Amino acid sequence: MRFDDLWTQTGEWLKGIGPNSDIVMSSRIRLARNFAKYPFPHWAKPAQLEGVLSDFEKAYKEINYFNSALYLRMKELSGTDKQMLLERHLISREHITNPEYKSVLIGDREIISIMVNEEDHLRIQVLQSGFNIQDTWKLTNKIDDEIDKRLDYAYSADLGYYTCCPTNVGTGLRASCMVHLPCLVMTKQINQLLNAITKMGLTARGFFGEGTEASGNFFQISNQVTLGHSEEEIIDNLERIIRQVIDYENAARKSLLANQRQLLEDKISRAVGTLKSAHLMTSEEALVLLSEVRLGIDLGMIKDIDINMLNELIIQIQPAHLQKLEGKHLSAEERDVKRAELIQSKLVR
Amino acid sequence: MLCQLCQKREATIEFTEIINDEVIQLHLCEQCAHEKGIEMEQHFSIADLLAGMGDLTEGAQTKEAAAKCPACGMTWYDFGKIGRLGCGECYKAFSQNLLPLLKRIHGSTRHTGKAKAGTADATTKKSELQELRQKLQRAIEAEEFEEAAKIRDKIRQIEKK
Repeated sequence: MRFDDLWTQTGEWLKGIGPNSDIVMSSRIRLARNFAKYPFPHWAKPAQLEGVLSDFEKAYKEINYFNSALYLRMKELSGTDKQMLLERHLISREHITNPEYKSVLIGDREIISIMVNEEDHLRIQVLQSGFNIQDTWKLTNKIDDEIDKRLDYAYSADLGYYTCCPTNVGTGLRASCMVHLPCLVMTKQINQLLNAITKMGLTARGFFGEGTEASGNFFQISNQVTLGHSEEEIIDNLERIIRQVIDYENAARKSLLANQRQLLEDKISRAVGTLKSAHLMTSEEALVLLSEVRLGIDLGMIKDIDINMLNELIIQIQPAHLQKLEGKHLSAEERDVKRAELIQSKLVR
Repeated sequence: MLCQLCQKREATIEFTEIINDEVIQLHLCEQCAHEKGIEMEQHFSIADLLAGMGDLTEGAQTKEAAAKCPACGMTWYDFGKIGRLGCGECYKAFSQNLLPLLKRIHGSTRHTGKAKAGTADATTKKSELQELRQKLQRAIEAEEFEEAAKIRDKIRQIEKK
């Protein structure tokens, strides 16, 4: 795969397929792994960081999963390209800062990505569309086994996989689902739900992961604790709770449809109207409106907009993607104009 | 009263900030308060929290703070400042201080998940135990106490190994 292919293809997780994909947009597993022979990235010397990179490069080339994968050294990428990878959920914000000695390996369908020398030597991520957390874990586990065969992980039987931050030690596992909960937000039940989730050992974050606010009614729900529970227990717990979240959102949808149908229809029609006719559109506003249109599609109120296209649009309206489309740097104001144009070109037929 | 930051909009929010033990009170408008809030988030990190939880006494002079990882040279004091460990060996070097911290973060100090390649013994033992415990539970539920006692003895045997 070449870098430019990324730009023209749709990431697997955006396809809007898989179980319960109306509410669960995507399922994600992340494993933190380190090599026994080097200090953690922030504490390692340049030669050691180079060692991590070259050890990993040698190993991944032998693994079948990565036959057509794209391997990128972060320092060789432009600012826009790095930002674009972030917008596609392939790398973290932390991976963009100090790009020296950092790299990322991206599988051909953007399901698998491995960041090298982020907070830990390896951050293995598998991201799939829909409510698919068990399958996602199975794939992650296989990839982890393949790497484990070739490189010596820092590990002890007592504490499991050693990680740079003690909050990740043990399984090194973060399992999460991106859920779209517009009706729980509208019926003002969301805070209550998020509070309850916290009590169950889970946490909720925004669309772009750690340190981001929830926007457009999208929430990323993940486990907090990584030590003392097996991977299966952690995933099982998340799965059970997400299943309940789906039920609550469905109940809220039903109740709004039964009691406040006009209000709902008005909101959704207004969102479509604004998206189709606005000349200036910030990414925050667009995300909120696209979220409402997404709900309209889910409820069968909108029939002429494809969910796959809508999901793609959520990523394409992000700053780096817009600039890539235009092929040049755009100021925030210019982006707002281009964003409105792009949305119109997709929605107005 | 006008907002003390922008001096333009009406102040609607009383904002208390503590900087170096000094309490500063500000009257802000909603927009400035929001911007302040974002600033505050940036100052806050997991590292700070962890450092606070590590019971690290002030100053690098104490014996505890000077404990050093033989593999990478990180001291417990360094960890207190950064909130990140230096290498895998740090977990052993600082275990005395780290275990209570892990207990507080995770509610546990024992890994029960996947075992790394080459440590397969550990996994088989673990899954065998899990299976036996399930069997034991079922035997008890079915009130087959003789069978349950046998399973219990087996579990004890494996645990001793």
